[in-house]
Amino acid sequence: MRAVSLLLLALVALGPAAHAVEPSERLADPVLEARARAISKELRCLVCQNESIDDSGADLAHDLRVLLRQRIAAGDSDSQAVGYIVTRYGDFVLLKPPVEPATYALWFGPAALLLVAAAGTAIYLRRPRPDDAPLPLDDAERRRLETLLGEGEG
Amino acid sequence: MRRVLFLLPVVLFLVLAGYFALALRPDRDPHELPSAMIDKPAPSFALAGLAGAPGLDRAALAGGVTVVNFFASWCVPCRVEHPLLMGLSAETKVPLYGIAYKDKPEDTARYLAQLGDPYARIGLDQAGRVGIDFGVYGVPETYVIDKDGRIRLRMVGPLTAESVARALRPLIEELNRS
Repeated sequence: MRAVSLLLLALVALGPAAHAVEPSERLADPVLEARARAISKELRCLVCQNESIDDSGADLAHDLRVLLRQRIAAGDSDSQAVGYIVTRYGDFVLLKPPVEPATYALWFGPAALLLVAAAGTAIYLRRPRPDDAPLPLDDAERRRLETLLGEGEG
Repeated sequence: MRRVLFLLPVVLFLVLAGYFALALRPDRDPHELPSAMIDKPAPSFALAGLAGAPGLDRAALAGGVTVVNFFASWCVPCRVEHPLLMGLSAETKVPLYGIAYKDKPEDTARYLAQLGDPYARIGLDQAGRVGIDFGVYGVPETYVIDKDGRIRLRMVGPLTAESVARALRPLIEELNRS
């Protein structure tokens, strides 16, 4: 019984780690295979668009995984293998967009907005403000106040 | 100065609204991807043809404007655009070549026997490798290739009478003139 529950537990624990990569796709050399896996996690599947080709079960993702492994087995460096696919499908295929003038707004926009907001807040907090303390009551007001308080007690 | 600063939120709002208006305009399909292959030479390839017919290779695309259509018998939208393809060569007066993408030759042959064969030549891309070289990510896709063998237009999804009249035919006419 204990063995069965352990086995079930192991199955559940291992389940989510399963990927779309089929055993027949894998390269025999574990070093090359690890490189291919790392690259394919960074490449977008063009059919599903929000999955990497490593995760996707789409046909085209399968073809691209096989292609990538062929390039790597043929001696391509990581950047050459990625470049091979980028020349065909464009930068869109990269899940992490490259840092270049067209993507500066994307990469640095949030930080720039934060800086602008911080500067604005600092200026707002540090600007001199008129004294907020209330003016002291004059004689007429003090008398009226005493009358009102006196009425409350009476 | 203060007066100008007071308008800043309005300006920010207008800039944002402008972006939204562009991104949400009704004729924009966010799934349509920009092609990396536009204005680049068509990839070199040599594909076998159906039994008894010549195949298709890169050399066939040289020397004149051509249209290359990726299709498959298993592809439903291909059936939608098929009637349009039947008349396309006559309409545009340039050859229409077909590349059967990841399809069994016998299925391709049956498909064309049933619906008619609009293609001047057909290449069989059973492995889908030529498709990848063109940047295909789903059939049907249609490419216009100029006299110098460069890809000038890529249309993803089934052609419609409207898209042919708006994009395909004007470009082919322009390429033929130049």
